[in-house]
Amino acid sequence: MRPIIKVEKVGKKYVLGTSKGTYLTLRDTLTSAVRASFKRANGRSACREILWALRDVSFEIAAGEVVGIIGRNGAGKSTLFKVLSRITEPTTGRVELYGRVASLLEVGTGFHPELTGRENIFLNGAILGMKREEIARKFDEIVAFAELDRFIDTPVKRYSSGMYVRLAFAVAAHLEPEILLVDEVLAVGDSRFQKKCLDKMRSVGHQGRTVVFVSHNMPAITRLCSRAILLDNGEVVLDGPVHKVVNRYLNSHLGTTAVREWSDLSRAPGNEIVRLRSVRVSNDAGEVSEAVDIRRPVRIITEYEVLQSGYELLPDCQISNAEGLLLFVTGDQRSSWGRRPKPLGRYRSTVVIPGNFLAEGTMIVAVAMNTLEPAQLHYMEREAVAFEVIDTLDGDSARGDYAGPVGGVVRPILPWETEQISIYSETEVSEMQTS
Amino acid sequence: MLEPTATTQAPITEEKRPETGSPLLPDEPLATIESSNSWQVIDVRDVWAHRELLYFLIWRDVKIKYKQTLLGAAWAIIQPLFTMLIFTLIFSKVAGIDSNGIPYPIFSYAGLLPWIFFANSINHSGNSMVSNAHLITKVYFPRVIIPIAAVGAGLVDFAVAFVMFLVLMVYYRTQLTANLLMLPALVALTTLLAIGVGMWLSAINVKYRDVKFAIPFLVQIWMYLSPIAYPITIVPQRWRLLYSLNPVTGIIEGYRSAFFARPFDWMSLGISSAITIVLTGYAAYEFRKLEKGFADII
Repeated sequence: MRPIIKVEKVGKKYVLGTSKGTYLTLRDTLTSAVRASFKRANGRSACREILWALRDVSFEIAAGEVVGIIGRNGAGKSTLFKVLSRITEPTTGRVELYGRVASLLEVGTGFHPELTGRENIFLNGAILGMKREEIARKFDEIVAFAELDRFIDTPVKRYSSGMYVRLAFAVAAHLEPEILLVDEVLAVGDSRFQKKCLDKMRSVGHQGRTVVFVSHNMPAITRLCSRAILLDNGEVVLDGPVHKVVNRYLNSHLGTTAVREWSDLSRAPGNEIVRLRSVRVSNDAGEVSEAVDIRRPVRIITEYEVLQSGYELLPDCQISNAEGLLLFVTGDQRSSWGRRPKPLGRYRSTVVIPGNFLAEGTMIVAVAMNTLEPAQLHYMEREAVAFEVIDTLDGDSARGDYAGPVGGVVRPILPWETEQISIYSETEVSEMQTS
Repeated sequence: MLEPTATTQAPITEEKRPETGSPLLPDEPLATIESSNSWQVIDVRDVWAHRELLYFLIWRDVKIKYKQTLLGAAWAIIQPLFTMLIFTLIFSKVAGIDSNGIPYPIFSYAGLLPWIFFANSINHSGNSMVSNAHLITKVYFPRVIIPIAAVGAGLVDFAVAFVMFLVLMVYYRTQLTANLLMLPALVALTTLLAIGVGMWLSAINVKYRDVKFAIPFLVQIWMYLSPIAYPITIVPQRWRLLYSLNPVTGIIEGYRSAFFARPFDWMSLGISSAITIVLTGYAAYEFRKLEKGFADII
């Protein structure tokens, strides 16, 4: 079978500090050139850090396949997406596309707040690669789909965010390329409308559209895709049937990461004020642990370096489950350091999640560091660590002696009280039933 | 989030996947993505394929330009008209510059009309890549469309300001001659020069934001080095050739010849055209060279 997308040994190199950072001014370039020449004079080479975001990535996708690309943050998913959608060029290798491509990195690209819904449909359609005649033909359908007919001549700046997203999705859902590249975008908006869009996108022609779907959302990936490609460190780790790949990702990959450490400070998450050093999950015995007993407390321990004093630094943690649902956010508001500026130094913050609180399953921990006044996010490491909550079925957890599946995202043991408030005889009961 | 529901169908497995490999796939790839070398010129076919996007971007710029302004498109007239009045006061009344027998107001307006189009275009175009960063990092299309669209939008203002010029021509009873037939060619040349300069500035601007500050300064100096407020005749003969190396010189004088029925200075126009073509070609090459990194550094 001939492939519609052919990726051959694609690599993408970033030079850190120059290409990943913000833009330069001429002065920066001049000063660094001067510095570099001094270094050379000293006999030291001016070393630049090189990062291969993609290395030797090869795969083929046949027409009509729906393929998911998964991997943790920084695995190269977004870079691969940008290469496939021609936003950025690969450094090595090549990609051959045997069909018209439309890529959705976000919905509503190019929407202008001053323009009306009608005008934005045309503008956004053209940006996504539709012909004017095609947009005009589908216009009524798009408006009906977005459920916005009354507001179509209102500037979108007056739209509610829900209306805005509906309009943006409606345009995207009417794209008819042979190859559709979709990023995380479809994970926003209300789920009813989202489902409508996905159904619309799938119900195409007799031949079936080729879709490449980049996402963290495992349920969506397993539901939509037949095949998945797992990336790690810029390389293809596993390529195969979706179940096999998603299981591998969830189990071996996330499951073993109860510890994350950044030995190189300059590449650690953070900024010139504070940088993250490590994140660990430990049980109540203080041992690093990937699997914790549902009845026992679990500690999330973060260590960070304060590099500039005078900031109130509030660490927080966000716990999500394997479906990506955020369970809760917790921040250090109460400890003795809570709202005091932290002097320079290395710090360790620990939060204890009590036993008999989380439900069974994989928990994914994001850690962040905030300053409230003025508001600033210093780092936000999604998927920093993960752990598994295990119910051992000993009878003293919230499930008691019941061994079947228990729903819910938390599983606390809550106080229950039951008392008998009146006593019936059997004749009284039969009288109550007959009356 | 997409909720998994009980009714979700099982994903199609290897065996059950429908036969989709089709004989309809083209033999040659529609697009090949690989590291391009900088000698590759701008892919004109690709730009042509995206001409509708160019049209929509121009249309967007025109549409939003005067949104929420009180005077709207009147600004396209106010700018040259008031500059003309100030020039008339300073250069004609105070400094007493001779305008080759043409009434000074219409003489200066004839220069300001193309100049303001050119100056606004390179300003708008030079900042266009940065102001459209959200598009560049999200979708593919030939990037060169962006600075071109910025110049295209300026043509609408040019047309509005031109209507005002016609009014002035009637007021000053200026004769219309066959020289006016050169106007489309002159407009095309001005547009091409604006595209060349704008494209080049916009590409450098992606890497060095100094450009944003340099443009107004460049525009101001360039205007005084061009025959806008004064006729070319006040430039001493021995400096004329050097002066004509400024491509704007030949163009502005060309407009005056077209409007005021004076003979064209073909030599000077020729120099302007040649420089415009070389400059635009060079700008296209530079743009292409920098284009690869746009999405990574913008």
